[in-house]
Amino acid sequence: MSNKEKHWEKTRGLMIITLIIWFVFGYLIFMFGSDLNTSSFMGYPLAYYMCAQGSIIAFVVLIFWFANRQEKIDEEFGFTEKEDD
Amino acid sequence: MFKGNFIDNLPKIYGTYTGGFIVFIILMAIAEQAGMTAKTIGILFVAFTVCIYALIGYLSRTVQVDAYYVAGRQVPTVFNGMATAADWMSGASFVAMAGGIYFGGYTYMAFLVGWTGGYVLVSSLLAPYLRKFGCYTVPDFIGTRYGGNFARFCAVVVLTLASFTYVTAQINATGTIASRALSIPFELGVWVGLVSILLCSMLGGMRAVTWTQVAQYIVLIIAYLIPVFWISNKSGFGFFPHFMLGEEVARLGDLEAQFGLVKNAAADVKAAGVPGGLKSIAVSHAGVPEGGMAAWKFISLALCMMVGTASLPHILMRYFTTPSVKAARKSVAWSLFFIALLYTSAPMLATLSKISLIDPNLPTGIIGKPIAEIMQIEWVNAWINVKQAFIADFNGDGILQLNEWFMRGDVVVLATPEVAGLPYVISGLVAAGGMAAAMSTADGLILAIANALSHDIYYKIIDPKADVRKRLLVARALLIVIGAAGAYIASMRITSILGAVAWAFDFAMSGLFFPLILGVWWKRATRQGAIAGMIAGLASGTAYLIYVYPKFMGNAPWLGIDHLRFGIIGASVCLVVMVVVSLMTEEPDKATQQMVDEVRVPSGKTILGKQH
Repeated sequence: MSNKEKHWEKTRGLMIITLIIWFVFGYLIFMFGSDLNTSSFMGYPLAYYMCAQGSIIAFVVLIFWFANRQEKIDEEFGFTEKEDD
Repeated sequence: MFKGNFIDNLPKIYGTYTGGFIVFIILMAIAEQAGMTAKTIGILFVAFTVCIYALIGYLSRTVQVDAYYVAGRQVPTVFNGMATAADWMSGASFVAMAGGIYFGGYTYMAFLVGWTGGYVLVSSLLAPYLRKFGCYTVPDFIGTRYGGNFARFCAVVVLTLASFTYVTAQINATGTIASRALSIPFELGVWVGLVSILLCSMLGGMRAVTWTQVAQYIVLIIAYLIPVFWISNKSGFGFFPHFMLGEEVARLGDLEAQFGLVKNAAADVKAAGVPGGLKSIAVSHAGVPEGGMAAWKFISLALCMMVGTASLPHILMRYFTTPSVKAARKSVAWSLFFIALLYTSAPMLATLSKISLIDPNLPTGIIGKPIAEIMQIEWVNAWINVKQAFIADFNGDGILQLNEWFMRGDVVVLATPEVAGLPYVISGLVAAGGMAAAMSTADGLILAIANALSHDIYYKIIDPKADVRKRLLVARALLIVIGAAGAYIASMRITSILGAVAWAFDFAMSGLFFPLILGVWWKRATRQGAIAGMIAGLASGTAYLIYVYPKFMGNAPWLGIDHLRFGIIGASVCLVVMVVVSLMTEEPDKATQQMVDEVRVPSGKTILGKQH
């Protein structure tokens, strides 16, 4: 397998992991909204908290994490961009 | 004052700008104490900020194609994040979101999840690859990846339909805010709004829009956060509302149980003469509705908004302006960070506003008190006079019940500072923030449409030999034409017929989502497949919308997929048709496959030249 193909395989793997985490915070937890609301976080009912702040914060962290991981993958295969490009 | 080039000085320039704006707010506060009228303060706030944006627009003028279309591809990550956030958060997000949560509670908050989660798709599936491609517009990618003018043309049609649905609402919002702040008629306000919008974009295209959007973000975020923190502190709900309103949310649940959530019969509301668009609280604030259907409705709405986000061209094109592919990825993260600052504050504002009004133990509470007494309150009177609030004593006991207090959603953002007894300078600030939010989104949308028409239709299809001067002239003329068309429709006040902002997301996802991502992620996707997918997706989505929308055919939604969610139908049809037709047709030629391979590698030259 060529360098490019290996790079793309890892990139695709990262994409799938990212979208699984996205699915959990965007959809899976809200399938159980009424169960979540029986517990609380910082005094907020949990389902309310997750859509008011929790999932949004999770998405922000997820994208920063994804961007860093992808940069590492690019570095590993020598595809890092020159800054003056 | 500033040595070196413009880009290196950005933090200093915008730091100075922010400081200047805060000084202006303080000056206004002093002027208010000295006796300046509320009306003058409102005018000064809007006029001052709009003049600054126009000045930035003028200073960013350009005669270069890549500066006009992609801001010269030198916008640093954090600044592009702010510009995207302003581009994204519309007048509706600013003015109506807290009101939506106030009335819709948990169910409405599917919009919050949807309007943020889409950025995960943008960063992992699209933005870095479109940046590597080096296109000027979204149809530019479709046209080059799939080849042929017809594919390009289809993409322009979807883009125009989605963006135009959105832009009339934005011009409408600038008109409303301008007319209220400057005390001029709405129809005139719309045209004043349009002129302000064009001043920011006409001379400098994307470059001018970028630098005004950063300035607009700073104004709108200050204008949103100051009241939220101030009200929370002043009313004793806690120093940092985001972490400290848990008790209040729980208390709202108790109060709902105590008062009872009554849904008024439509006939009663009509008989009492409640003005259109006003609502009473009938849905629980934090309670989750029971049942699988309710959960599906929440999830399906979030899905439409997320996939729509990743297909809206005015957002995607912001990531064409970063210096590198790496920067495009990071920039998506910063965008969502800046968006989250406002989106996580909206539920807090809704909570503060609701508890202030309905808790009878608080001095600001009005529910459960005699109506005659409430009518004496200054802000209640003022908002009832302009038909933004209404009291209907259904049971005739002279006491205000929860279901007897009506108001418009916008009032939550516009009146809560007043209810909490904040000085008028805050209301002026909020008006400037709303104006900034509506203008920045309108600018991005008008530019997206005008660029697609001037670059993809005029230059790529009609006259490929046109010189730079002529191309930019056409681009600017189109900006004016599209802006004027939007303003004309807004001034006719028929936007309520044109439907919800959500439609723009559904249109975009129906026609563009799969052609965009499969263009990068599936080499086998062919021109015929993409064209068939775009046409079938858009046509089926639109047909379903007509079938289900109450003002058109009004049939019962299938599986709860109503007019806010028609993109689910459109995008599914688009996917199936695109895959089937692609597999039936011959696979793309070697050159195209190599191009896709090249897009997947972040380093190296862009696919399309620096100037094309």
